Amino acid sequence: MKITLRQLEGRSAGYYGLLGALALLTGIGLAAAWYMEHHGHIVTGMNNQIVWGLPHVFAVFLVVAASGALNVASMASVFGKTAYKPLAPLSALLALALLVGGLTVLMLDLGRPDRLIVAMTHFNFKSIFALNVILYSGFMGLVVVYLWAMMERRMNPYSSLVGFGAFLWRLALTTGTGSIFGFLIGRQAFGSALMAPLFIVLSLSYGLAVFLLVLLGASHWSRRPLDAAMQARLARLLAIFVATAAYFVLVYHLTNLYFAKQGGLERFLLLEGGLYTTLFWLGQMLLGSLLPLILLLHPRSSQSRAMIVLAALLVILGGMAQMYVTIIGSQAYPLVLFPGHQVSSSFGDGVVSAYAPTLPEWLLGLGGFAMVGVIVVLALKLLGFLPERMDQLADSH
Amino acid sequence: MKQAPTTSTPQPSGQTDRRGFLGVAAAGLAGILLAPGVRLIEIAQAAPANPVTGANPKVRWGMLIDSTKCASGCTDCVTACNTENGLSGGTLPTDSQWIRKIEIKEVKTGKTQSLPMMCQHCAEPPCVDVCPTGASFKRADGIVLVDKHICIGCRYCVMACPYKARSFVHESLSNQKPDVPRGMGTVEGCTLCVHKVDRGESPACVQACSAAGHGAIVFGDLNNPESEISKRVASYATRQIREDLNLDTGVRYIGI
Repeated sequence: MKITLRQLEGRSAGYYGLLGALALLTGIGLAAAWYMEHHGHIVTGMNNQIVWGLPHVFAVFLVVAASGALNVASMASVFGKTAYKPLAPLSALLALALLVGGLTVLMLDLGRPDRLIVAMTHFNFKSIFALNVILYSGFMGLVVVYLWAMMERRMNPYSSLVGFGAFLWRLALTTGTGSIFGFLIGRQAFGSALMAPLFIVLSLSYGLAVFLLVLLGASHWSRRPLDAAMQARLARLLAIFVATAAYFVLVYHLTNLYFAKQGGLERFLLLEGGLYTTLFWLGQMLLGSLLPLILLLHPRSSQSRAMIVLAALLVILGGMAQMYVTIIGSQAYPLVLFPGHQVSSSFGDGVVSAYAPTLPEWLLGLGGFAMVGVIVVLALKLLGFLPERMDQLADSH
Repeated sequence: MKQAPTTSTPQPSGQTDRRGFLGVAAAGLAGILLAPGVRLIEIAQAAPANPVTGANPKVRWGMLIDSTKCASGCTDCVTACNTENGLSGGTLPTDSQWIRKIEIKEVKTGKTQSLPMMCQHCAEPPCVDVCPTGASFKRADGIVLVDKHICIGCRYCVMACPYKARSFVHESLSNQKPDVPRGMGTVEGCTLCVHKVDRGESPACVQACSAAGHGAIVFGDLNNPESEISKRVASYATRQIREDLNLDTGVRYIGI
């Protein structure tokens, strides 16, 4: 079947309402960042014990989801599943938008965001952060070329090759993101080779959840009904990714539990960590993993569009909870300098650190999500990222 | 756009030199567009190319801290550090603390000890490894510092340091010491009083501890076998904190 891509009409009140709301949220997020930069991080909940706070939770989630959002395109270009081909441009667009949103939040949370040019001109190649600057920019360039190859007829013959390149690059990119934590020697929760593959699996699950939400939303509002078979396939795929992610989390905690020196950390995260324990069991495990799995696999609910939307929302919510526990919970647990000793000091040694995000942090983070929305909503109107008809996708090969 | 000053020669009245005007306007516009870029390049190049000039690579500055001489509750080293470096001395979670006293108690025996903790000036500093811009660096003489001109405030070094030796400046500063540059939005930590060391003096904490009669901290060149610190390291059992990480710290401890 010939695929015709067509932009959204984008003239309805609903379209402008959505765009306006997202633009407003983005603006508020930028204003929050300006406020933070003007007054310093004193206006955030961050301190010298919890140095990476809520903006990092949002930013890392978005960056991780970005590489995973490209997955649908990779299914077509790399794994030869041509049924996904009509959806590949949307997948690449989302990858771009999510990365831009995530990096914006990350950048605006720097102590000196005005020195971005320094980060672009001074590289310490032993730093995974510096390598990530290159991986992120390279990914954006590659995905733009990939989109061009998919959407410009003359370039079509190259789309598989570029798609393969983008697939390899995204693996490197998420390896880089996971290694931000994996390459930390001093912190008990990190410093593990597992972080890289764990983040890759998480990216598949977060990215597909975001993709499903946007696809179902666009299909609903543009009145281009989505093929039920395609919807079922994507839902099943999401279930597989959620289960795989849960498996990696299980192995991570089992390994830690086996090591006596990690006992304290695990007791903190899994039993006594207050908010972090709640977020882990209730947010990450129950709402973010178990419930979506039931919704996506149960014969009745897996047929329901509303239930699939709910499952995707839960995966995103659970993912945010997971990032919160991973990034902030792991900092809250005190560093162990003297094993077998009780320690105390004026600098929080030996005690669990407190952190409560402030409003500007929430606004900056949510602004990042809104920015992703603005990019996607505008792009769908300007260029044909979606097929004109989506009701026969699964039979298209 | 309003009339730009075009040329020094007076124009005949009513006859503006349109081409000249356009040329200057274009040049002006180009200037406006390019100036920020040029300014950014200046900022980018503002960092000295070789920040380690002057440090002697044959020297390895270090400290030996005898916790048996360190009195519980005594904070003379901390006060001296704050005074020397212009720190507020506040102990809120957002305040900078370059050196802190840690009280430790062995859980099994109840044995208590007190010791100062600060940047351990590692030979293999994780903060330097992770810093994306190279702002976190180690001088040839082993002193680990932050170049405040190229620190972007990402706090990755704070995450990487096993000793919690680094602080992030959360709010604007006033009354800074000329020898000790600091800045909001950048990371900082013990400099081993590099400005004093380069003048041939000992760090402020060492002087204060000695003046108080404790003499719990010895400062010197670990590479010079004749130095007091080297002799003591050679004759007593000393420890590095988190030896398991194999960072080869410049700060050693006795009695823990």
